[in-house]
Amino acid sequence: MTYDVVIVGAGVTGASIARELSRYRLKVLVLEKEAEPAFGVSKSNSGIIHAGTQNPPTSLKGWLCVEGNRLMREEIAPDLGLNFVQCGQLVVIFDEADRPGLEKIKKEGEELGVRGLKLVDRAWLDANEPELGPEVKAALLVPSAGIVSPYRYVYALIENAVKNGVELRTLAKVTAIARVQKGGFYVEASGRVYETRFLVNAAGLYADEISAMAGAPTFRITPRKGEEYLLDKKREHMARRIIFPMPTAESKGILVIKTSDGNPMIGPTASDTQDKEDLSTTDEGLAEVLRETRRLMPTVSKSDIIAYFSGLRPVSGKDFIVRCEESAPGLVNAAGIQSPGLTAAPAIAVMVAGILKERGLALAPKEQFHRLRRRPAHLFQVPLEETRRLIEKDPAYGDIVCRCELVSAQEVRDAIKRGARTLDGVKFRTRAQAGRCHGGFCTTRIMKIMQEELGLSALEITKRGPGSELIKDDRK
Amino acid sequence: MAAALAAREAGVSDVLLLERDQHLGGILNQCIHPGFGLHHFKEELTGPQYADRFARRVREDHGIEVSLCSFVVKLTKDRELSYLRPGALEEVKAGAVILATGCRERTREMIPIPGSRPAGVYPAGLAQKMVNMEGWIPGTEAVIVGSGDIGLIMARRMALEGVKVKAVVEIQKSSRGLVRNVVQCLEDFGIPLYFQHRIAMIRGRDRVERVDVVKVDDQFRDLPGSGFSIDCDTVLVSVGLIPENELLEMAGARLDPKANTPVAEKVNLTSIPGVFACGNACKVYDLVDWVTRDSELAGRMAADYLGAGARA
Ligand SMILES: Cc1cc2nc3c(=O)[nH]c(=O)nc-3n(C[C@H](O)[C@H](O)[C@H](O)COP(=O)(O)OP(=O)(O)OC[C@H]3O[C@@H](n4cnc5c(N)ncnc54)[C@H](O)[C@@H]3O)c2cc1C
Ligand SMILES: Cc1cc2nc3c(=O)[nH]c(=O)nc-3n(C[C@H](O)[C@H](O)[C@H](O)COP(=O)(O)OP(=O)(O)OC[C@H]3O[C@@H](n4cnc5c(N)ncnc54)[C@H](O)[C@@H]3O)c2cc1C
Repeated sequence: MTYDVVIVGAGVTGASIARELSRYRLKVLVLEKEAEPAFGVSKSNSGIIHAGTQNPPTSLKGWLCVEGNRLMREEIAPDLGLNFVQCGQLVVIFDEADRPGLEKIKKEGEELGVRGLKLVDRAWLDANEPELGPEVKAALLVPSAGIVSPYRYVYALIENAVKNGVELRTLAKVTAIARVQKGGFYVEASGRVYETRFLVNAAGLYADEISAMAGAPTFRITPRKGEEYLLDKKREHMARRIIFPMPTAESKGILVIKTSDGNPMIGPTASDTQDKEDLSTTDEGLAEVLRETRRLMPTVSKSDIIAYFSGLRPVSGKDFIVRCEESAPGLVNAAGIQSPGLTAAPAIAVMVAGILKERGLALAPKEQFHRLRRRPAHLFQVPLEETRRLIEKDPAYGDIVCRCELVSAQEVRDAIKRGARTLDGVKFRTRAQAGRCHGGFCTTRIMKIMQEELGLSALEITKRGPGSELIKDDRK
Repeated sequence: MAAALAAREAGVSDVLLLERDQHLGGILNQCIHPGFGLHHFKEELTGPQYADRFARRVREDHGIEVSLCSFVVKLTKDRELSYLRPGALEEVKAGAVILATGCRERTREMIPIPGSRPAGVYPAGLAQKMVNMEGWIPGTEAVIVGSGDIGLIMARRMALEGVKVKAVVEIQKSSRGLVRNVVQCLEDFGIPLYFQHRIAMIRGRDRVERVDVVKVDDQFRDLPGSGFSIDCDTVLVSVGLIPENELLEMAGARLDPKANTPVAEKVNLTSIPGVFACGNACKVYDLVDWVTRDSELAGRMAADYLGAGARA
């Protein structure tokens, strides 16, 4: 059997492309090496849906970001039931001498089509962002920026793509690609070979290797590490918007971020590394993040930190690579998707579909495309009265598993039905284990529910896939 | 349970005991080691035995209604409670409320320990629950962070299960735990205890592979050149307990921001009249015997409050 399109990678880029292609009468397969989607770069980032400012006006990533932001607000978030919050952002300056810099960002943003940009002075900031530090002189207000839960975003995309007929294979690592004489590729993943007419490479940090395997060794990916530190929910209201300093050449700087689950976050750092698996956080990173964010907001304290992680931006030069490759006909790369990739993904998907069409793939709309996805119920997002209705409908909503984040047994089961196979998968979907106690109370209970629902032995339960088993021996 | 029973003895007619778990007893259920009750019962019991003595009396008392799997999600300063249980969201108003919600463990994230975030890093209490309640052995070679009683007891527990406990690492100059535990849990098992050391890095992608350890000076600064590594697949973190007082906070009571304990002039009191806190929620206790003693007092204080309220 031959696929029309095989997509390598189920991060936000691959998932967006899959969902976009699922509108058409095509046979599409997604291959993902990890146990679940969103376990690559797309799980560890700032979760910001950028407006498009702070990008050069001639860059590909700049206009894809602006368009991705629009698609998120107008289509993706409402259609897929995402908890997107358009909180807006501020780019602040500590020195009046930087004011021309702010004006430049405003002008470049407007050229890219970002709307509603406005310079605000200290009096406005005092009234609207009272916890900003005394050094802050003025800011650029960017109202179209917002936040989303990055992994729940990817899960929603994949779920909807699968509902519309896309096939997903996890624990399927692509290790070899060969050209088919008559056109197209044989793709080998975890011992199986798939034949396809077109190959879309959305492999994040490993996109250079996939492109080379397919016959186009045209670029290299260098990871750029970013450490992020999450704060206790008690600090939820310290900032009302996302707070940025003036950007530098390498990054948008260290920020005070809001997250869609309420916990504020501070970070990310930006440092190049050679190791595509190095997700460690460091004492130096923490010190840098605290130092920089305290200039923005002096009330940030080390004791507010409840969790931390690192992510690696898949960087290749200064811009995204979204193109077909002459040396490998049928290959489309969506690579080097550094920041703002989470934002740009829906626009990248439309662009990739366009390239495929140009290269001869017929895009005939399906008779029925299920555009909408029902949003999973989360007790932590609803008022008590809604909780009452849920429990009356289904008693297991009243059976609380995770006490810090208020997650019921029913939500854990629902997450497993929707595809969670690991403890991290349950955590990302439901927030169980993501609170203050970090699973101290609920881990064993969740493991037991996973045993029931998936028919696993305790020894088979993993944190994030093979190799990360939780226990070594079962004496019962 | 001690508070409920004492309140009944002091004349309260109608007590509702809400417990989130499927059984009564709290943390005692997973403490299967002996060392409980030497003061209160003048005999040495295990945790579950100690809990059972109270659970029996609670079950026999018809003035105490026990509701298990009942998770309190809301408390107001007017003593209105909302709780979830399978099948229902219940709302009750009480004359007096006693919070005996215990503690949670401080985690790796609160110290914080740098490095990767693989499987195999557990709060010590979670490991205790896995081993004692589920029969799940979390690893084969372990390093323990923190030498408080829980860390010490878990070092012995893991060693008894055949896990190689390679070190207990403690950043302070001495152990916070009971002397008897240092002797019985470490020395008797030949487990090395490193004072004034900290874990500088956890390594391993999917599962813990190694930790880097470094010696620190009196100001907790790393001593250059003192670092060494220990191969292990498990790190148990036992770095203290924090009272679970989120309900009190919700009701608007004053809490000490560092210790997360209620601010009040006397044990068991909170800044809200008619709302009491006892046991590990009030302050972190070493011995269950003192938890029982003070919780019984809390039960009587609540009864007094109700009496005074009725007269007023
Ligand atoms: C610290 C940090 C903060 C960021 N903040 C933001 C932000 O606020 N806003 C924003 O818009 N962007 C942000 N970004 C950027 C954003 O996270 C990325 O652009 C985006 O997640 C990239 O998604 P992707 O799908 O291309 O890559 P990934 O999510 O890495 O997906 C690639 C997938 O391919 C799989 N794969 C790799 N090799 C193979 C193989 N051989 N076979 C099968 N599967 C394979 C991987 O397992 C992975 O799941 C941030 C990034 C970082 C690191
Ligand atoms: C590992 C360990 C070893 C110990 N060893 C000894 C020893 O050898 N000797 C000794 O004397 N003492 C020992 N102790 C100390 C002693 O056991 C504890 O101090 C005591 O049991 C605490 O009792 P508690 O009722 O205050 O808290 P807990 O036992 O923690 O009870 C709190 C209860 O409240 C419930 N709860 C919390 N929030 C809610 C909510 N919102 N709604 C409904 N229910 C809720 C919880 O489920 C729990 O059952 C040890 C403690 C530990 C952790």
